[in-house]
Formats: sequence, C-alpha cells, structure tokens
Amino acid sequence: MSMQSLDIQRRSATTTPSPDARQTLEVAKLIDVSKCIGCKACQSACMEWNDLRDEVGSNAGIYDNPRDLSDQSWTVMRFSEVEVQQGKLEWLIRKDGCMHCADPGCLKACPSPGAIVQYSNGIVDFHEENCIGCGYCITGCPFNVPRISQKDNKAYKCTLCSDRVAVGQEPACVKTCPTGAIVFGSKEDMIDHAQERIADLKERGYDNAGLYDPQGVGGTHVMYVLQHADQPELYHGLPKDPHISPMVGLWKGIAKPLMSFGLGLVALAGFFHYIKVGPKEVPEDEETES
Amino acid sequence: MTNHWVDIKNADLILIMGGNAAEAHPCGFKWVTEAKAQRKARLVVVDPRFTRSASVADYYAPIRAGSDIAFLGGVINYLLTHDKIQHEYVKAYTDATFVVREDYTFENGMFSGYNEAKRSYDKATWMYELDKDGYAISDPALQNPRCVFNLMKRHYARYTPEVVSNITGTPRDQFLKVCETIATCSAPNKVMTIMYALGWTQHSVGSQIIRTGAMLQLLLGNIGMAGGGMNALRGHSNIQGLTDLGLLSNLLPGYMTLPGEKETDFQTYLDKRALKPLRPGQMSYWQNYPKFHVSLMKAWFGDAATRENNFCFDWLPKLDKVHDVLQVFEDMNQGKMNGYFCQGFNPLASFPNKAKVGGALAKLKYLVIIDPLVTETSTFWENHGEFNDVDPAKIQTEVFRLPSTCFAEEDGSLVNSGRWLQWHYKGAEPPGEARGDNEIMAGLFTKLKELYKKEGGAFPDPILNLTWGYKIPHAPAAEELAREFNGKALADLTDAKDPAKVLVKAGEQLASFAQLRDDGSTACGCWIFSGSWTDKGNQMARRDSSDPSGLGNTLNWAWAWPVNRRVLYNRASLDPAGKPWDPQRKLIGWDGAKWGGTDVPDFKPDVPPGDPMNPFIMNPEGVARLFAIDKMAEGPFPEHYEPFETPIDTNPMHPGVISNPAARVFKGDMEAFGKAKEFPYVATTYRLTEHFHYWTKHARINAVLQPEQFIEIGEELAQAKGIKAGDKVKVRSNRGYIKAVAVVTKRIRALEVAGKKVHTVGVPIHWGFQGLAKNGFLTNTLTPVVGDANTQTPEFKAFLVDIEKV
Ligand code: SF4
Ligand code: SF4
Ligand code: SF4
Repeated sequence: MSMQSLDIQRRSATTTPSPDARQTLEVAKLIDVSKCIGCKACQSACMEWNDLRDEVGSNAGIYDNPRDLSDQSWTVMRFSEVEVQQGKLEWLIRKDGCMHCADPGCLKACPSPGAIVQYSNGIVDFHEENCIGCGYCITGCPFNVPRISQKDNKAYKCTLCSDRVAVGQEPACVKTCPTGAIVFGSKEDMIDHAQERIADLKERGYDNAGLYDPQGVGGTHVMYVLQHADQPELYHGLPKDPHISPMVGLWKGIAKPLMSFGLGLVALAGFFHYIKVGPKEVPEDEETES
Repeated sequence: MTNHWVDIKNADLILIMGGNAAEAHPCGFKWVTEAKAQRKARLVVVDPRFTRSASVADYYAPIRAGSDIAFLGGVINYLLTHDKIQHEYVKAYTDATFVVREDYTFENGMFSGYNEAKRSYDKATWMYELDKDGYAISDPALQNPRCVFNLMKRHYARYTPEVVSNITGTPRDQFLKVCETIATCSAPNKVMTIMYALGWTQHSVGSQIIRTGAMLQLLLGNIGMAGGGMNALRGHSNIQGLTDLGLLSNLLPGYMTLPGEKETDFQTYLDKRALKPLRPGQMSYWQNYPKFHVSLMKAWFGDAATRENNFCFDWLPKLDKVHDVLQVFEDMNQGKMNGYFCQGFNPLASFPNKAKVGGALAKLKYLVIIDPLVTETSTFWENHGEFNDVDPAKIQTEVFRLPSTCFAEEDGSLVNSGRWLQWHYKGAEPPGEARGDNEIMAGLFTKLKELYKKEGGAFPDPILNLTWGYKIPHAPAAEELAREFNGKALADLTDAKDPAKVLVKAGEQLASFAQLRDDGSTACGCWIFSGSWTDKGNQMARRDSSDPSGLGNTLNWAWAWPVNRRVLYNRASLDPAGKPWDPQRKLIGWDGAKWGGTDVPDFKPDVPPGDPMNPFIMNPEGVARLFAIDKMAEGPFPEHYEPFETPIDTNPMHPGVISNPAARVFKGDMEAFGKAKEFPYVATTYRLTEHFHYWTKHARINAVLQPEQFIEIGEELAQAKGIKAGDKVKVRSNRGYIKAVAVVTKRIRALEVAGKKVHTVGVPIHWGFQGLAKNGFLTNTLTPVVGDANTQTPEFKAFLVDIEKV
C-alpha cells in the first residue's frame, strides 16, 4: 500500500534518508478487550474495506473463524475461556492483528529495500510491490503477524488502514465496531482514554486492569486495555514482554555494512535470490558467510 | 420496547435475560456499553449459557432453559419479603389495591374456570370485584386478603430461594446475589431496564415469562422511567412494523382485532373493544376504538364504506379460531389447503418439526415464494441427501418463485424495536427480474381484480371496492402507502366547540390520531402511525439528532409511534402530584396549564397533577395490572409450568400439572413429544452474531466468519459422552436428528435440578441446504410443535434431545 510517501520515517533495508517533508501526528488504535463482545464486525469491515475474501473454512470446535491470520484475514478474534478467579468464568475475546510496533521487528528483519515502511504517524505498512516473499518479517515479528500469500508469495498484514488514516479517516474496523471497543486517535489521547477505562475496570473489581503498550518493542500503535494486564498470556497467548528476536539484530549487522560499503549489486541480488527461494529460517552460517 | 435503544444508556442496572443482546443486537448493545461507561451501570446476565453478553457482564448466573418464571417469581417473592418495592408507585399506579372476585382461586397449579376437554379457561372469575357503578373496588389500606397485592404475595410466597434453585438449577447463592442487585432498584432514583428477546418468547409460557418481568418492573417503579421499562429486542429490522400493521392472523392494523365468528353485530363488536373506564375518572383510551376502526375501513373501502352498511363490517372475515402459522401448517398437513403464499418467510427452516412442515408443503397444489434468496422452503422438494432427504418424484406441489428486492433495494420505512419509524432510501437497483414486494402484490391484485370483474365470483365486493388510488396501479410507491397509513380528512373537519372553524380541510393529511372521527369523515390505514406523514411532510425522514435533555429522546430524529412519544407511560415517571421520582430523569412536567417536556407526554394534555386520572391510559382501570384479569390464556398470575418436553418429568411446584394447561397441542404433535428417559438433555436453539437467520449464509463474508454448523456442550457432558471439541456429533430428538461439529465449552455447565443433573445442548440455527456456508441441517428438524398459549410462538428454547459422537 503506497498511499503515503511524504511522511516516511523508516524503510526496510535502506540507508538513504526517507522522505519526511510532511510530519504527521503519532496515532494509535486502542482495543478495549473489556468492551469487546466478539461480534467480528471488525473482521468483516476489514474484509469489506480492503476487498479481501478468505475461504469459507470449517469449524474446529471453537468460535474463532477464520482460524488464523492470513493474506486475506488481517485481523481475527481470539476467544479464550479462563477462570482467573475460582468459579468466575471469563470469556476473553481479543482482536488479533498487527500491533504497529514503534520498533518494528518485521521492518528490521526485512532485507528488501522499501518493502516495509514506517510512517511518521507510527503506522507500519507493507509495500507489497517491493516484497520478495522471504518471510523474514514473520521471524522478526514478536507477535507472529505477517502471512505470506500462497498466490503471489508476498507478505500481508493489517495496514492500520493507512489509506484511510492518510485522508483523515479512522480505520474501517474502528468505524464499524458497534460497542466502541476499538477507538482511534493520537497516541496521547488513546493513553488518556485507556486510563479512564482502567479506572472503571478497577472500580468493578479488576485490580490488575491495565494498558498493554509493551516497551520491549518501543510501545505499540495498537494498544489493548486488559482486565488482567498482569497476565497478558491469558488473552490467547499475548506475549508478556515482547522483544525483537536477536536473530534480527544479527542480520542487520550484516546488511548495514553491505549497504554502506556499496558492494556490487550482483552480490546483493544473489543474496536476495537465495532468501527468496530459500528457507525462511536463515541458517546462521549462511548469514555470516554472505 | 416501552422505551427505546438509546434510552438504555440511562439505566443503572441492566438485566439481560431471555435474550443475548450482545450476540443478536450488537449495534443496540452499544447503549449498554454506554450506560456502563458513563453511568457506571451494572450488567447482569441470566442465561443457560455464558453468552457474548455475559462476557462483558458484571454478574452472570446460569439458569435451566424454560424455568424463567420460577426465577422471576422468586425475585418477586424476594422483593416482597424484603420490602424492596417502590411503595408509592405500586400503590398509585398498579392494581395492587384492587379487590379480586371471591370465586377466583388458584389451587394445585390450576386457576379457577378450567375446562379440561377444551384445554382452556373460562376466565370470568379472573376479575376485580366491581361496585354498583361497574368500578373496581379498591382497598388502599391493603387489608383485604383478596386485594391483588395480598393475592400476589401469597402466590409467590411459594417461590422461596430453595424452591427456585431446585427448579432453575441456579445455585442458591447466585440467585440471591441477583435478587439483591435487582432490589437496589426499588429506590426511586435507581432504575433497572430489562432487555429480552426470543429467549423469553419462544416458550409454551413465553408471554407469561414476559409478564413476570413486567410485574417485577412495576414493583420496582421502573415502568415509564428513563432507563427503565420492558424492552423487547425485535429480531428482524421491521418485525415491529409487521405487528404494528397487524400482519398476524387475528389482528387489524394498530392492534385492533378481527371479529370472532359470533361477533356479527357491528355495534357489539365496537362496544366490546371500546372499553368503559373501570375506575372513576380514567381515560380508557380504547374508548376511541370506533374512530380508529371506521377510519381504517374508510382507508380500505373509501366511498363504499358508509354508515348504512356499517362501514363494510360484514366484509371483514369473522374468525372461527386463531389461524396462526402453526394452525395453518396443521391444516396444510391435513390436506385442507390448496395453495400457500410465502412472502419473506422460510417456514421449512423457521417452523418447528421440519418433517411435518415439509410433509405439509408436499400436500399443496401450489406454493408461491416471494423472496430475494433461494430459500430452503422454495426447494423443499429437492433431495439434498441427509439434509433434505425427500423424493422429488413423489412431490406434486407446483412452486412459483417470484424474486423480490431486499431492503437496500427499496425506499420505505422500518420500525425498530423502540417504535421509531425511520425512512430509508434505495441504495441499489434490484438485480435481474427482481421486483419490490409492493409491486408483486399489487400486480397480483390488479390481475385478480380484473378476473373478478370479468367473472364475478362468489364474493367480489371487497376486491372490487378496495381503495386503489395509486399512480401506477401495479406498483404503489412507498410514499403513497405511508401517506395512507398516516390518514387524511375526507371532509372538512371542524372544531367541536366552534363548528365554523375548520381544523383540517378535506384531502389534507392528519396531524395525529386525535383528529380521527367515527362518522366516516377521516381515513387512516394504521391509527398508531398517524402523525408520521403530516402536512409537514415525511416525519420519518427527519434526521436532527439534537438531544437537549441529554436523555436521548431525540424528538426530531425520525418519528416514533404513538405521536412521536419515546418513552411509553412517561406520566408514571412522576408521582401523582407531578414531582419526578428522580429529578435527573425528568421526562415531562406540568407548566400550570398543560403537560410538556423533553418527551411527548403520555397523558391527557390538560389534566393537571393531582387529578384521579392515572398514567396507564390504555387500561380501563388507568393503572398497570399485576393481576392480568382476563387477558392471558393460562392465568392472571404467571405460574411456573415446565416445557412440554421436561428433563425432570414433573413440576416440583405441583406434580399434577406439569406443563401449561392452556397451551394448544394438536393431535399427533403430543405423540411426537419426547421423554427424558430417551432424550435426557435440554436443548435450546439460538442465533449467532455472525449470521442473520437463514439469510446471511448466502453472503460470503458471513459464511467466512462462521462457516460450518456446530452445537455447544459443556465439558462434563462431553467427557461423559467421549466427545472432544471438533468432533462430529449427532443430536437427536423424537422428531429427527442433525449432525454438527461439537464446540466443547466451559460456558455451558451442568445444573442440579430436582435432584437430577441436567445438561444443556446449545443449538445455533443458521445453517441449511442453500447458500455459501457449508451445508448443514435445519435445526427445526429437532423442535416440537407447541406454542405459547397466547401468541402461539413455538417452543424453540427448551426441548429434549440425546447426543452421541458419530
Ligand atoms: S506486530 Fe509484527 S508485523 Fe506488526 S509492526 Fe510489529 S513486528 Fe511488524
Ligand atoms: S486497521 Fe484496517 S487493515 Fe487493520 S484490521 Fe482494522 S480494518 Fe483491517
Ligand atoms: S467490532 Fe468491536 S466489539 Fe465487535 S469483535 Fe471487533 S472489537 Fe469486538
């Protein structure tokens, strides 16, 4: 999705400066899990707005459907039945999808110049025309979000509706959410709103209610209000303290010198050829040799 | 709804029971979220399953499907024994003080007047004692043991927490916790709303469950209050409009009723409905019935309806009995019908005992389907393997399919649950040969009329004389119909006090039903819609969302019946002296000369506070009924009766009377009921957010979101039956079986009922053998044919099944 080009703060595998003539406000989407009723209107809005249609699947004995993120499903609801307190059942329903990390592991891991960009508003966007389908973004992502399409071998994920946001609209899922469980605005406002929600939850007996804005990835532009912020894993395995895998740092260490020394394009192309058709997990020795 | 969707935000406590608003009404549910976020409201959910609504509730209590009256009766008992009622309200605005006839009795589960052969009651004894003037006798001191309050107290004293827990399976402490929470709303400034839907209506005692909820709300003083009321969440976007326009077999538009076969005299017909006040000084608004009725007949038959011919009263069908859908399919099954028109209706999927419905359709000569989609009913004759195992060669029914538009392809109004008529505009042209329903019906009508004209026929008069002044006779516009429902003057209407003054000129649209006359000078197609299209134009199309009071009564947004009133009975939000029970919820007020406010007052505009006239102006007694007098089929006080298929084979309240003694059961259907010995589990059917009835399985996105048929069971039952999540299972009732994927969940738990462990099998309804989702079984293969004794709404929420892994 290359709708925006004037306000990019970083690009994958690129050392030249990014175009940043325009500065945009840092935005965030706040998902209040305590308000979400799991209606999947957001899933359907995402399909509608982005013109995506996943396959009609099957039921695996759970409510979750489609069962996982895919090139056609950029967000899915994850349903978890838990008993945090003995005898008090809770049905925690979390909208899963890209977190739009301030420090995006996908972008850092991506070897293809400009396939992943981050705008100055914080949105991390995939520019599929530059994607080589290597799948490094998946390895780099601490939230297991990007998916490679079987059809075109490109990586896809939630764009935070960068096309809508660029023209001053809220993301499609936000607009659709009937309960107001998803809200969108400046990151600052979203944090303020979250604090109000957390106060309400504490008053209702959720002593550990809190905001999920993990600092291990520099904070995120998709945040959650959680009833049990002390145990994010309850929410279908939301990582407690996500970090970019050390593997990514390793690759970066090599890529940078490659770029800056301006080694022959032939060498670069050869490398990319390998990773495009090669295994998604890059063997360590391969990396050191390149 | 007595109130409306937006008003839910004014509640302090929201009880969702007999419904699952988050699941089935996600958009309206936003007002629950709003009440929680802005007012710190608490949400309590009581349901056999821990639902999507429960997932955001402050408190959840389980209940056995079909035992709601026991639960609510227990709450009533709790309120009465703990003195947690709004005394002043109950005394002033209900029939609590009225004395009931001496010969009224309730013994061993039966009320006085039962006729076993007819399975119905003679309701004469279910009445107040009247004085010589015909007024109900009242005992304001509540000393008389036969006053409604004391009878009610006695009736519900039997519903102790132990008895309730034993019947409902709700653990005693959880039941009491719900009671305590509800009891807080007896304070005049604390208000509870009740949101319910088919989870209450689809029982053989459905209407009585709703009444029990209403009684509860009256005891708490919550009817007429902003944030209170009894709020039925209607399932289809225009099902409210359907009932308003009288599309039930015994109704006329605006909740008027068709005459019975013995009611051949016009005046007697009117007198019986134009009820005289039962207490001094009451409005008894139905006294205006003749005006509504005559205006309807003028709208229908125009000049042909005259005083001399009783405004064509003789042309109205006279009912021998109620011809509801269950009755119609019974008749069809007995071969008594030749043809059937099925408009926007999929009975093979929507009505109980699919085998019976399919068999009945096969006996027709012809079946006409008017629908935008390929419904299962339209292809009932096709073999779809196990899903519809019929032999087409043996079915001779000729099926005509007339493709119609869907709502987005037509102009018109929809009436929402809150009684708002909202105008909408066509968003797209219909595909192919599809035509609007108006056009299809009008096309048929004009053809039939020609035939009657040419050939005469047995009784051509009503057809030949039906008013049909539409610009394009075979395609009346929505605007034309809407104007007709609103009504117009047929002659100059003059002021009663000053005959020289013309109020409405002949031909002009009426401003409201207050202008209707019973002399034939007004025409009105649906009196409660009068005011929706006045000389000021289409009121339903108004889109001003300003809300000066902040209570959400946006009087300039669309139009609500009656007379744009948003909260019914709002006079009851003030005490008799006119002081609001809660100043923060002030809806209306007296300005010294008339009533006014941020809602349209539900009262006679010029009757001052302190007058004996009471707020429930539609009732001849002027107050709300805790004792339903003769209005309900099975008794004036709701009583717990077991579903016709009960898992416990008895009724712990009275083992001699197990199920609703006044429910109609056809021969053959009784035999088709299953017994707990063979079918030990309680099944309940319901809807999922991802789908709308049997429609959205035709839409790709919905099919993606919930692709395949499943059922839900608790972990304990799953373990006992060796069923794991994702396994294919067979669910069997005495009428048939379905196969589906098992969802095994903590959200359904086994309940202890009458010393027995009762398991629940949840059966979502949305699949069938047409559409884009994976083909599945119509769940009404399983359900029993018995309806609520008053409305004949089928008992889809509680029946018996067995389950096994396949
Ligand atoms: S969640 Fe994953 S895909 Fe999304 S920005 Fe973070 S690292 Fe990239
Ligand atoms: S922000 Fe846009 S792309 Fe992302 S989940 Fe919502 S609708 Fe889909
Ligand atoms: S639309 Fe809103 S309430 Fe519905 S599932 Fe998505 S986040 Fe939850």
